[in-house]
Amino acid sequence: MSKHQFAAPQAGGLTAQYFDLDEHDHPEGGSTLLGFWIYLMSDCLIFAMLFAAYGVLGGNYAAGPGPKDLFELPLVAINTAMLLFSSITYGFAMIAMQRGRVAGVQGWLLVTALFGAAFLSIELYEFSHLIADGATPQRSAFLSAFFTLVGTHGLHVTFGLIWLGTLLVQLGQSGLTEANKRRLLCLSMFWHFLDVVWVGVFTFVYLMGTLR
Amino acid sequence: MPNHDQTWSPLLGRLSLDALPLHEPILVATFAAVALGGIALLAALTYFRLWGYLWKEWFTSVDHKKIGIMYMVLGLVMFLRGFADALMMRVQQAVAFNGNEGFFPAHHYDQVFTAHGVIMIFFVAMPFVTGLMNFVVPLQIGARDVSFPFLNNFSFWMTASGAALVMASLFVGEFAQTGWLSYPPLSGLAYSPGVGVDYYIWALQIAGVGTTLSGINLIATIVKMRAPGMTMMRMPVFTWTALCTNVLIVASFPVLTAVLALLSLDRYVGTNFFTNDFGGSPMMYVNLIWIWGHPEVYILILPIFGVFSEVTSTFCSKRLFGYTSMVYASVVITVLSYIVWLHHFFTMGSGASVNSFFGITTMVISIPTGAKMFNWLFTMYRGRIRFELPMMWTVAFMLTFVIGGMTGVMLAVPPADFVLHNSLFLIAHFHNVIIGGVVFGTFAAINYWWPKAFGFKLDPFWGKVSFWCWVPGFWLAFTPLYIMGLMGVTRRMRVFDDASLQPYFIVAALGAGLIACGIGAMLVQYGVSIMRREQLRDETGDPWGGRTLEWSTSSPPPAYNFAFTPVIHDIDAWEDMKRNGVTRPLEGFRPIHMPRNTGAGIILAGISTVFGFAMIWHIWWMAIAGFATLLLTAIAHTFNTNRSYHISADMVAKTEAERTRQLATVEGA
Amino acid sequence: MSSSHTDAHDDAPHFSLKDYGTGFALSVVLTAIPFWLVMSGALGDKTLTALVIAGFAVVQVVVHMIYFLHMNTKSQGGWNFLALVFTLILVGIVLSGSLWVMYHLNHNMMPMPHNMNELP
Repeated sequence: MSKHQFAAPQAGGLTAQYFDLDEHDHPEGGSTLLGFWIYLMSDCLIFAMLFAAYGVLGGNYAAGPGPKDLFELPLVAINTAMLLFSSITYGFAMIAMQRGRVAGVQGWLLVTALFGAAFLSIELYEFSHLIADGATPQRSAFLSAFFTLVGTHGLHVTFGLIWLGTLLVQLGQSGLTEANKRRLLCLSMFWHFLDVVWVGVFTFVYLMGTLR
Repeated sequence: MPNHDQTWSPLLGRLSLDALPLHEPILVATFAAVALGGIALLAALTYFRLWGYLWKEWFTSVDHKKIGIMYMVLGLVMFLRGFADALMMRVQQAVAFNGNEGFFPAHHYDQVFTAHGVIMIFFVAMPFVTGLMNFVVPLQIGARDVSFPFLNNFSFWMTASGAALVMASLFVGEFAQTGWLSYPPLSGLAYSPGVGVDYYIWALQIAGVGTTLSGINLIATIVKMRAPGMTMMRMPVFTWTALCTNVLIVASFPVLTAVLALLSLDRYVGTNFFTNDFGGSPMMYVNLIWIWGHPEVYILILPIFGVFSEVTSTFCSKRLFGYTSMVYASVVITVLSYIVWLHHFFTMGSGASVNSFFGITTMVISIPTGAKMFNWLFTMYRGRIRFELPMMWTVAFMLTFVIGGMTGVMLAVPPADFVLHNSLFLIAHFHNVIIGGVVFGTFAAINYWWPKAFGFKLDPFWGKVSFWCWVPGFWLAFTPLYIMGLMGVTRRMRVFDDASLQPYFIVAALGAGLIACGIGAMLVQYGVSIMRREQLRDETGDPWGGRTLEWSTSSPPPAYNFAFTPVIHDIDAWEDMKRNGVTRPLEGFRPIHMPRNTGAGIILAGISTVFGFAMIWHIWWMAIAGFATLLLTAIAHTFNTNRSYHISADMVAKTEAERTRQLATVEGA
Repeated sequence: MSSSHTDAHDDAPHFSLKDYGTGFALSVVLTAIPFWLVMSGALGDKTLTALVIAGFAVVQVVVHMIYFLHMNTKSQGGWNFLALVFTLILVGIVLSGSLWVMYHLNHNMMPMPHNMNELP
């Protein structure tokens, strides 16, 4: 209560007790980190639905190819490595931000973007290969669920890259302002969240699929 | 039938002159009426030079109060459309006996019952509930706006955009003929090749974005923006229920988004999630969509429980009985609403073990609801009850909703459900809880908070006329449905063979007519009140002897809501201030930091509408261009740093002096 | 005074090389072992392998949450953590519920003669 004791005593003690007379502007964006986290939780449920669809329909090959015929684990391992590298480089960008080095942030963001792009390229290569072999999303419920789950994750990475590019421009324009720091923090959560989803994807889709 | 010949042109996709329903006289007449009314409205707006005012003060406004009011207007307009559908169905079913086909062809009748359900849930009940939360919550927690004011405006326009697509389907093409949840395989490409299901999908997807964002926004607002001293257990009950509802929104609308996305992949890409071939499972759709569907009914009813709590304690002049139990009941309902979804499809065939589990959880969830009912009764017990309109609606709710709840528990018994599934009994049950709960509650809320929003009360005479048409009208319309449902009459029937049923349907149609009178009286009530606003004016800002913070400001509240942020010491904060004789500060005002209006929300939603329309009609160039524009506009908006301004201290002082003068006239009188 | 009006800055997590380094090293190990287990078939039994790699996935998700997403029970006044726990519960309900419901459905709807006593 201490700050209310400074209030003007003009309207008696109770007024000062019941109103914040010495109020300052609230900084903008005070709710952004919480709001963005809640958004991520809702996105998490979208992925949960896709996992559920894969879990229920993933065994329905309709006399078509199954995971064992299709998945190439070495390729998936390389892809996983790309995403993991991009996570640590994003971390370096955040450390640079904490030290106030714009150039460092921009540099590490670029490296992150390169790893992200590499991840997407490998995924597209894998998809094109599957489709060329006749394992299209239309072939069976298993392949529908597979392409949708992995593709949705890929779409998220694509949007992350677009966001990252926008952020690079904004950093170039105005440097490490409060608003830009907030955006970096949000993108950081988004990027690492995609990594968490990928852990689920490679374990439950690729590895367990190969076991089946 | 139109549009089913799959002619496609690169420029217009599936769209051609055949899409206009010129062969359906009902639609042509409706179109003529809507077009004439629309032109008259546009002409009036232009003649009175209101476009600039509407654009500057309303459409681009980020003020939560104005956005809340716009949601209510959207809900009301769509309510009239949805009710027109209902009335037509009642008349059709009352006459379609003894070989009489009625006036609806099957193709059209199926669209009408689908549109009725979709509109009433997504574009009437949801906007009403969201609008109430938007208007009331920031005022109740002593905040000046929501956490993300721009997002709030955007959310509203996305909802409006979805509504616009549903309305467009009336005159351009057709709507889904699948029932309100569009179960595959009927909603799949094989059985619904037209644009109807696509209208359904894109209207709900676009509106769903708005709903989810508004949920995130209100959670952040309630968590972050409460006035100092307002701990969680000092929050008004309406705010509590709003918090629970928004948690449900954020945790269930993504489910709907995902399911509809899978259905659209089936329809657009040819995947096999819900088809009958290649390993797809239509039952999976039913399973997934009800994971959204059941929380949805609690999204609608929880804030309405909050309304009844506020109304009961205000009009009994007592603190709410069992505040803590009310809060816990809401939280328990929030969690339990996620483990009952299978009771919507007991008959699908998951077997006794699964059905027993979900039957029991369904019965369990009625316990916290029952606890709430007792809390309201004990609040009324020995209270000085004032039977003003909001309280009358509350009592009508309690009597009606209890019956609806009990028929719900009947349906929760799996063996009984095997008899009653998809019968008119079910229809009667959910109308009993939705009309008796959500609709009555919205009317209570409108009568209760109208003076806060506009500065004058609603006319009680026409309000009572409306009340006495609505409540008996409801029972007249739905009691026959309960009876027929027990006899085994199924839902969604267009014609009947058994002539002995006709008297029941005639009674139900009369009930719907009485409800129509109730709606008419309600519109008259609004009109009369606006014309007599000087007699009905409320200068105090607290016309009912309210207990929560929204009644401490003027009516309507200033843009900044509170010149000084209140500090909270008790549950009923405003009642606490009145009891202790606290006077508001009259000097020492400071400039107030406020968000600036922006047109970005309506522009983005407009582009989304174009994008949705292009996807529905397979106009691919327009869809690609629309999506690219959407993305670029959204990115451009993030470069806009000019987002806030200050209301000067002088301006605040002037506004507050006016308030002091107002209060003095009341005391002098 | 209550903490309702918390500001943005004191909620931003602290970033350190040590955290990211630990997280990265743990992730590499927790990713490599499951891949190796599946590719070499070292454990022999498939069910056992599946259980073990599922365990590794859960641990790795926790590692990412702590070291990359800086999750703890205090950020944003505990609301972040509460939201996460609630979401995880829902994800569990949705996944296990759907699998349970659909498994029993498929079992009961299979076109083969039933022995009523064996229905789940």
